[in-house]
Amino acid sequence: MEIRSNEFKERSVFAIHDANLQTALGRARYGFVGKRALQVAELPEFEQLREEAKNLKNHVLDHLDHYLERYEQAVTAAGGRVHWARDAAEAREIILGICKRVGARTVTKGKSMVSEEIDLNDALIEHGMEVVETDLGEYIIQLAHEPPSHIIAPAVHKTKDQVSDLFEAAHGGPRKTQIPELVDEARRVLRDKYFRADVGITGGNFLVAETGSSIIVTNEGNGDLTQTLAKVHIVTSGIERVVPTLDDATLFLRLLARSATGQETETYTTISTGPRRADDLDGPEEYHVVLVDNGRSKMLAGRFRDMLRCIRCGACMNHCPVYGAVGGHAYGWVYPGPMGSVLTPLIKGLDAAYDLPNACTLNGRCQSVCPVKIPLPELLRELRHLQHQQNITPVMQKRALGVWRWVATRPKLYHALEQIAARALSGIARRGRIRRLPFAGGWTDSRDLPAPTGRTFLELWQGKRGQQ
Amino acid sequence: MNAPANASGNARDAILKSVRDALRRDPLDATQVAALDARVPRHTRPAHDEDLVTRFMRKFESRAGTVERVASRDALPAAVEAYRLAHRLPQRAAVGAALKDLAWPEGWLIHHEAAGITEALAVSPALCGIAETGSLMLASGPDSPTTHNFVPDDHVVVLEATRIVDHFEDAWDLLRARPQGMPRATNIISGPSRTADVEQTIQLGAHGPRRVHVILVG
Repeated sequence: MEIRSNEFKERSVFAIHDANLQTALGRARYGFVGKRALQVAELPEFEQLREEAKNLKNHVLDHLDHYLERYEQAVTAAGGRVHWARDAAEAREIILGICKRVGARTVTKGKSMVSEEIDLNDALIEHGMEVVETDLGEYIIQLAHEPPSHIIAPAVHKTKDQVSDLFEAAHGGPRKTQIPELVDEARRVLRDKYFRADVGITGGNFLVAETGSSIIVTNEGNGDLTQTLAKVHIVTSGIERVVPTLDDATLFLRLLARSATGQETETYTTISTGPRRADDLDGPEEYHVVLVDNGRSKMLAGRFRDMLRCIRCGACMNHCPVYGAVGGHAYGWVYPGPMGSVLTPLIKGLDAAYDLPNACTLNGRCQSVCPVKIPLPELLRELRHLQHQQNITPVMQKRALGVWRWVATRPKLYHALEQIAARALSGIARRGRIRRLPFAGGWTDSRDLPAPTGRTFLELWQGKRGQQ
Repeated sequence: MNAPANASGNARDAILKSVRDALRRDPLDATQVAALDARVPRHTRPAHDEDLVTRFMRKFESRAGTVERVASRDALPAAVEAYRLAHRLPQRAAVGAALKDLAWPEGWLIHHEAAGITEALAVSPALCGIAETGSLMLASGPDSPTTHNFVPDDHVVVLEATRIVDHFEDAWDLLRARPQGMPRATNIISGPSRTADVEQTIQLGAHGPRRVHVILVG
């Protein structure tokens, strides 16, 4: 999809005034955050596992070339084939090439964020293929011609009524209004697609060097029908998703479902190794893996290496107050929330996503829930620093920061101004809140500003010391 | 399949070079490679003090799966027949060839091929159960085609009680011990198919089976 991250501000305003979106976001936040907390409370080893997962990912990244080579050898030994793609265009070419060679007409897809990253669907459709997303959430947004708004719950921004409308338009009436009926209708429509599919494309949560396997975790079973019933199975995955052994994958499996949907485990964990064997009665005749770099090996070089630990659980966005207020579409590309605010500028360019690293309060909740302990606030701050260095920061903002620095390095002046501001704000407050503030409409239009008490922190502190 | 295209070969070398450049080093030498190949992962496994069968049943049932116990393998056909009657299913099933020898009831249409689009019921043998999460592990092959696990509305899985292992790591050891190596598909199944993609409301039977019933033998 075309990147629109530089429209973040406009899209955020739109999102905040979208009543359907706000209803959906409120529901999602409550569900994901609450369920995760319950799972974490039930597993005393959770913190220990996070630390081990961080260390294991660091070990893999330190030896990424080795594990990728081992993985490729194992895939080949199992009768599969590994393809390497430097960027999105190469990845699309490889997949298009396979689809054309087998004369594909219908392509089914399990959920794959990498396929979104490389803009795969449009490329296949342009070449006359029918592309069917089979994850229910992905199917809904495909009907709506929208990108996912969440990496694990792509249609989280849609209400049931909106889904009813989309299904009625696509499948004909009578209009279904209940969730069980809607799910049944999608089940019936997609059944037929699985059985007709020539190529089935899935993502890969983990790639196992020991066995040459790809692992996906799902709840619906769509990824399994996709890969089992098509003639050809293609896995799309980032190069950083390789793990040494099945035992190593287990460490991440124990963290992934708990962090993502707040489940102890997903319904299906599927380990796919090569194409159908000679005596198998089903399964694809060909098994391909497309390993996508697309900026990842560059990330490995510097201060953003930590980001490559990401296992795409979505916990950071579920716990982010900014994501919770504006939803995923405001971010303007494939990956939203804190992880997306780091990845988007790194993959698409600093100037293509100026607002994203700045749309963060540095509250740190994302880092505290990240199963692989990525220091997301630190990385976002680092990106702001880079923006400043590369002169991408707007002039007005640079000047304002300059003024602030000038004042902040003069403590007496700073404290005096602070005292004036605290008293003035307290004076215009009603019941501890400020509803309107001159020159700060951007803040007060959509929420109230909590008012200061009238005295600054330092004044209170000195008063307290005086008492002692 | 075709031989690797040149473009892909170049991309492979370019990506590996880019990785090594980022790591500021040459390819690993033989000693380093041997050390990595000999690495034995020892990660923390969640502790519990429950009996394996009890834990398996409790966990599997907590996700809307059902479990019944029978004394011996001979009791399987009657148990499947009772399940069929309870759910008003036709007398037809796709049965994993590993269960071929059982004395299936008169009048049943039993086949051992892949499941077709109209398949209503499948009966599969599990390679093992995993007590940690209450999950089943099934290995694809002529004895247990993968379509049996996902196409029918009702999936009955036969699990020997002695084949319930503690952790995932124990299940991987069973896979590694197979003379035929890794199956094409290893399916770890923890209950009926579900989705929460419409308004976060859990709905069973998204694309896979609406019901998964385990018959524990022994």
